Amino acid sequence: MTSTGSTSSAGSPATAASPSGHPSGSVHAADAGKDAPRLRTPRRHTPGRPGRSVPLTVLTGLVLLYTLVPLAWLVISATKTQEGLADSSGLWFGDDFALWDNIGQTFTYDDGIFLRWLLNTLLYVVLGAGGATFLAILGGYALAKFDFPGKRAVFAVVIGAVAVPGTALAVPTFLMFSKMGLTDSPWAVIIPSLVSPFGLYLMWVFATEAIPVELLEAARIDGAGEARTFFRVALPLLAPGIVTVLLFTTVATWNNYFLPLIMLKDPDWYPLTLGLSSWNSQAETIGGDVIFNLVITGSLLTIVPLIGAFLLLQKYWQSGLAAGSVKE
Amino acid sequence: MTTPRPPKAVRRSPSPSPPGQSRRSWTGWGFIGPFAIVFALVFLAPIVYSIHLSLFRDQLIGGTTFVGLDNYEQALNDDQFWASLGRVSLFLAVQVPIMLGIALLIALALDSGRLYGRDFFRIAIFLPYAVPAVVATLMWGFMYGTRFGLVGDINEAFGITLPDPLSTDLVLASIGNIVTWEFVGYNMLILYAALRVVPHSLYEAAEIDGAGQFRVITAIKLPAIRGALVIATIFSVIGSFQLFNEPNILRQLARNAITTDYTPNFYTYSLSFNGQQHNYSAAVAIIMGLITMVIAYVVQLRGMRREA
Repeated sequence: MTSTGSTSSAGSPATAASPSGHPSGSVHAADAGKDAPRLRTPRRHTPGRPGRSVPLTVLTGLVLLYTLVPLAWLVISATKTQEGLADSSGLWFGDDFALWDNIGQTFTYDDGIFLRWLLNTLLYVVLGAGGATFLAILGGYALAKFDFPGKRAVFAVVIGAVAVPGTALAVPTFLMFSKMGLTDSPWAVIIPSLVSPFGLYLMWVFATEAIPVELLEAARIDGAGEARTFFRVALPLLAPGIVTVLLFTTVATWNNYFLPLIMLKDPDWYPLTLGLSSWNSQAETIGGDVIFNLVITGSLLTIVPLIGAFLLLQKYWQSGLAAGSVKE
Repeated sequence: MTTPRPPKAVRRSPSPSPPGQSRRSWTGWGFIGPFAIVFALVFLAPIVYSIHLSLFRDQLIGGTTFVGLDNYEQALNDDQFWASLGRVSLFLAVQVPIMLGIALLIALALDSGRLYGRDFFRIAIFLPYAVPAVVATLMWGFMYGTRFGLVGDINEAFGITLPDPLSTDLVLASIGNIVTWEFVGYNMLILYAALRVVPHSLYEAAEIDGAGQFRVITAIKLPAIRGALVIATIFSVIGSFQLFNEPNILRQLARNAITTDYTPNFYTYSLSFNGQQHNYSAAVAIIMGLITMVIAYVVQLRGMRREA
C-alpha cells in the first residue's frame, strides 16, 4: 500500500483519460444542436458539455433508488433497539435512537467476540489479499514482459481454472488441508486466498499497457538486476493497477464466507461474515438469545470499512479498471 | 480455454513484442513461480484429488474401493441433482438477462454524458459490490420478512397482503433479486470501462454519416463492447451455477422453501458435510464443473461468432 501512495503520479496518464474528457462529446454536441429548444435549460447550467437529459437522469435514479434503499434501511435499522425494530417502519427512524448503544453492545456481547472477528478479518485481508495482490503483480509482470518456456500453458491452465466452481474445489481442498492438519486454523483461510486468477489477468493486461519495454531495457543496460528492475522501474508504473487488484482481492477476502464456513469450527477464528451469520442463526436455536439489533449493527460495521476504501480510492481503482478493461 | 481471453493472449503477447523483449529465457519463471506454486497447491491439487475421490466409494464393509465411473452414473440418475440443476438453470435464464440488461442501460446512460451527477451515479450504483453476500442476504432477508421488514410495512400501510417473498413459490425470485442487487453495479462498471475506450474516431465518423444517438449505440457502442459483454455473461453464468451463499443464509428464514439440495453446490456441500459422502459429492461437483465449462464455452462461441 505504501509504495502505491508515493507513486500515485504514475497513474495520472490513465486517470486523465477517464473522469472528465468525454470521448463522444462531439456526437452529443451535434445531437444537442438538433434538440436545441428542449435542451436549452440544462445546457445553460453546464456550458460546453453534451445536453443533459432529465428523463434519463430520472430513469437512472430509479436504479439508484433500488441500490440505496437497502443500505438506507440498514443504517436506519442500526439506530433501533430490538423492540424498535419490530414497532417502527423500516424506512424511518423510531422514537429510540440506539445507534451508539447498539455499537457498544455489538463490541461487548459475548466477551467482545465481534472485535475478535474484526481482527481475524483484518488478518485474513492483510495476509490473504495482500499476498494475492503481490503474487498477481509478479505473475502479471512475468506474463506481460517475459517470454518463457511454458508461458502459454500457464495461461491456459489459469484461465481454465477460473471456470471451475469454487465449491467444487472446496471439498477436496478441505479434505487435503485436513490431512495436512491445517483446518480450523487461519492458514486454511489464508492460503487459498493467495491465488486470484482475476487479479493475475488484470495485472497482466495492466502491465502490458503501463510498462514500456524500452524502460526495462534501459535499466538492464545500466546493469540493474531483474529484481532491482522490477522494484525500481516496473512497480511504480503499476500503481493504479495495484490499487485496483488490491481492492478487488480485499473485497473477495473480506466477503469470503464459503471457505471459512467449511474450514473453521472454532468461532475464535471466524471472520465477520461467518460470525454475523452465526449470530443470526442463534435466533433459530431453542433458548438462543435473539439479537437482531446486533446482527444489523454488526452488518453495518462490516460494510463501512470497505465502502470507505472504495470511496477514498475511487480515482485509482477506476483508472486501473479502465486500463485493464477489454480493449478490442 | 473457456473464456474469450486466451485467443487475445496468444495474439497479444508473443507476436507484437519488439525484438529486444522476445529473448526466450527462464527469467519469467522467477516472477510467476510463486503464483504457480500456490496455484498448484490450491487449484490443481484439489482438482486432481477430486477426480481421484470420485472414482472410489466408501463401503460400510470393506472400506474404500475403486468403483470406476459408478459415482458418475449414480449422479446422472439422481433426481435431486437434476432438480437442483433445473433450478439454477431457470435462475440463470431469468436473472442474468435482467441484471446485465439493467447494467448495460446504466452503462450506456453514464457514457452518453447526458446524466446529471454522473460520477455520483456511477459510484453509488457500484457500492453494493462492497457488501458481503452474507450481509446483503441478511439485509434483504430482514426486509422480506413480515416482522420488521419492508413487506410488513407495506402490508400495514396499505392494508393489503403482499405475497410472501420467502414462500416456496417466490423464494427463487427473491434470491434473484438479492444477486441482482449485489452485482448490477459491478457489471455496469465493467461495461462502462469498456465503453470508455471506444475510439473517438468512430463517433466522429458516425456524426459525419448523420447517425443519431440510437444508431450510434446499436452500430458502434454495442459491437465495440461485445468482448466485455461476453465476459460479463460468462462470469454471471459461472456465478449462477455456483449459487450457494444466498440460499444458505436465507435458509435460516425460509427453512421449508429452501432445501439442502436447493442448488447443485448446496447439494454437494450437504453431501460432504452432513452426509459424509465425500466420493459421491466429488463426482457431482466435477459434473457441475464440466457443465459450467461447456456453457461458458458455448457463450464464448456464440458471442464471438457474431463478430465474424
